[in-house]
Amino acid sequence: MTSVVSATNLGLTFKTNDGDVVALSDVNLTIEKGEFVSFIGPSGCGKTTFLRTIADLERPTSGSLTINGQAPERARKDRAYGYVFQAPALYPWRTIEKNVALPLEIMGYTSAQQAERVKRTMDLVNLAGFEKKYPWQLSGGMQQRASIARALSFDADLLLMDEPFGALDEIVRDHLNSELLKLWDRTGKTICFVTHSIPEAVYLSTKIVVMSPRPGRVTDVIESDLPGERPLDIRETPEFLAIAARVRDGLRAGHSYEEAL
Amino acid sequence: MSQLQYFLALVAGGLATAALAYSFVTPFEQALLLKAFLALGCLSLIRFFVPLGLWVDGALALLGAVAVLTSIGAFVPPLPFFWMAVVVAWLFAWLFVERLSKSLAPRLSDNAGLGLLIPVVFGAALLVIWEVVTRGANVPPVLLPAPSAIGAQLANSAPILWADFVQTFIKSVLPGFAIGCLSGLVVAILVDRSPFLKAGLLPIGNFMSALPIIGIAPIMVMWFGFDWQSKAAVVVAMTFFPMLVNTVAGLNASSSIERDLMRTYAADYWQTLLKLRLPAAGPFIFNALKINSTLALIGAIVAEFFGTPVVGMGFRISTGVGRLAIDLVWAEIAVAAIAGSAFYGVIALIERGVTFWHPSVRGGRA
Amino acid sequence: MRRAGPVIVVLLAIIVVWYAAAIGMNAPWQTTLNTRANLTDVPFTEFALQTWAQDRPVLPAPHQVVGEIWNATVALELTSKRSLAYHGWITLSSTLLGFVLGTALGVVLAVFIVHNEAANRSLMPWIIASQTIPILAIAPMVVVGLGSVGITGTVPRALISMYLSFFPVVVGMVKGLRSPESIQLDLMHTYDASPWQTFWKLRWPAAMPILFASMKVGIAISLVGAVVSELSNAAGGGLGVRLLTGSYNGQTIQIWAALFIAAALAAILVMIVGAAERMVNARMGVRPA
Repeated sequence: MTSVVSATNLGLTFKTNDGDVVALSDVNLTIEKGEFVSFIGPSGCGKTTFLRTIADLERPTSGSLTINGQAPERARKDRAYGYVFQAPALYPWRTIEKNVALPLEIMGYTSAQQAERVKRTMDLVNLAGFEKKYPWQLSGGMQQRASIARALSFDADLLLMDEPFGALDEIVRDHLNSELLKLWDRTGKTICFVTHSIPEAVYLSTKIVVMSPRPGRVTDVIESDLPGERPLDIRETPEFLAIAARVRDGLRAGHSYEEAL
Repeated sequence: MSQLQYFLALVAGGLATAALAYSFVTPFEQALLLKAFLALGCLSLIRFFVPLGLWVDGALALLGAVAVLTSIGAFVPPLPFFWMAVVVAWLFAWLFVERLSKSLAPRLSDNAGLGLLIPVVFGAALLVIWEVVTRGANVPPVLLPAPSAIGAQLANSAPILWADFVQTFIKSVLPGFAIGCLSGLVVAILVDRSPFLKAGLLPIGNFMSALPIIGIAPIMVMWFGFDWQSKAAVVVAMTFFPMLVNTVAGLNASSSIERDLMRTYAADYWQTLLKLRLPAAGPFIFNALKINSTLALIGAIVAEFFGTPVVGMGFRISTGVGRLAIDLVWAEIAVAAIAGSAFYGVIALIERGVTFWHPSVRGGRA
Repeated sequence: MRRAGPVIVVLLAIIVVWYAAAIGMNAPWQTTLNTRANLTDVPFTEFALQTWAQDRPVLPAPHQVVGEIWNATVALELTSKRSLAYHGWITLSSTLLGFVLGTALGVVLAVFIVHNEAANRSLMPWIIASQTIPILAIAPMVVVGLGSVGITGTVPRALISMYLSFFPVVVGMVKGLRSPESIQLDLMHTYDASPWQTFWKLRWPAAMPILFASMKVGIAISLVGAVVSELSNAAGGGLGVRLLTGSYNGQTIQIWAALFIAAALAAILVMIVGAAERMVNARMGVRPA
């Protein structure tokens, strides 16, 4: 069986007016079906770039990358993944249900299928009852849940999430984190999750990829042995703290503060 | 009371007292209403001992307006105290508006109801002063006719004005506006696909928007004849570029995240255009429509200065000026003003319906 | 240079289309002329050259317009009634006077509106509503009206220009003076700054970018106002009068020449305001767009 994501010696260099910027350098990583993988690192370490490369929003300049054994562009055209951005990016002129139905319209689902899937995914993210609201009538947390519903609506097996809860306050974020874990448990999807919060990464993941900047590269890959069932207070257990300490060590090793901006 | 209100109240009351004293030189029974108003204005000085509500000032302003309007012809030529009374009435109106807006201040967004009263008071005051000054000071009608004379002319020449309206607005403005805006929109969408054309046409489009395009009117009259076709052509030329420039800007208004989202769905060009970029361009397109609604009317009227059949708003204005039939000209201008505001208003209403989601319409934050 | 490339290509394309259109649009009259002169079988190149050299073409070729501009400016004395420089100067002077007055009035009114709630509530709706009224249409009448009481020359025309350029400035300035965010205003409040200080140190600098954007609109429309207001008095001179007399006499080349001069004036005026904008923005640390 092929890996969901497989990167070999992957590199990406941006050409800018100030010269070349190496965003990714020599990244080797495989992600298997059903894993929950977090990417963690300081700003500029390439974690978002890596996610965008998987999504075919950026083109790698060296090495190889396959999604389900195919080129990223092919995977994108096959609608192999759902992407959740840092901002909800809901279209303000559409109601929540029409926003969730947007990818379904583009992919040519019938209206009966659309209605059925919208209802199912809205239930999945606990937004039932808000179908007719407009995005700007909802709180930030609810907007982000709607954008997750939108990414789930067409049932791609891979979910790419780029700091989806970064702009939310900690209480809402905790809540959405535990919801996300339940959702992952129920759907069995593969999730790639970019964050810069250590507790969030450790709490959610089966695998934590620690990255460092200049050039962006992977410094450590930590397999988490935390149990599948994770109540919020697991974050006070010694096992949790041990993994968190290892992540912190990895970040410190890869990060030279004097060149930080 | 604020300093300004204090000052206004003092000047209004004081001036009313002075005018009242002056008015004793005339026989008592002449212009009684005016004198009553001045007496009440003088009485309002008790506000410095007993607080008066702002509606008292409103009532005084209203009474003053009625009093000066009815006694315009009472003295020929008007005595100085008449003009003092005009100023007093105006000061009370100002004081009323000042106090009303202070009491509304906490609810800044309150534009309905009382908030609407303020511009209405201002407009009414302007009309009253216009009427009083033109008739009271015998301003030559050639320079500025009184509003009442314009109103009378408006009623008298309704058939002529209607014919002019049909010729200019229905036949020239509407087709020209529709063709100009539609072609601007279509060209913008075509241009948007080619970065080269965008780079080449946009600076020229921006440049053309700043030019006196109206100057092509004589050329259009030569090409398309005296009738409405040439005016519609001018309107097309005037409305095309604002629509082009605004639509191109609007098509780029969607954020990069929103466009990336469409890319992750592998949406094709037309899906992205219809589901994301055109809706996001909505506010820009409506902005162009609103700009164009004014430009279209100006273009059609001015183009008629260069030659028309013997009907049309521009024709009436230019010949009316020549024959010194100024109140007919003003009536025509009133029609143009109403038509222009209504045209704009209709577009603004449609905009509210279509781009209800935009922060500028729903009055919220982005 | 990379940005100028596409513009030059598009401009060249326009000129080519123009020459082609001149052949097509002038062809019927040229055919009539040739038939009258018993000229038959004129080769196409010669026919094309003929259509580009008519006295009163339906569409003059670009070189005819440029030639007319040259003849009517450099080749004539400045004081000549046929000199476009003379007429251009008449238009320019009322444009500039009107623009300066209009901008000053607009700024003063905007300051007043921002600082007085009653003024805001009574004036703003009317200012916005009056934007929708075809003010330009009354331009000739205002000129005639003022002329009848002895005010003639540049002033009445400048008043039209002032009236037109004042709107964008007042609307833009109100927006600009209100653009500081509430935390910035709160900051001034914590310093116990006077309204005067708040104005000069916060509101005024914050309004600068919008002021210049409005002034660009204002000066362009000011020129339009000047041209249109000239239409009512054929003896007064100005580019508008050149348009009018050209239109009465069928002198198409003259119309196009006047039009080009007006366009060039507008472009130069907008560019001057744009240059001033860049200078002020650079001094005030606004990021160049």
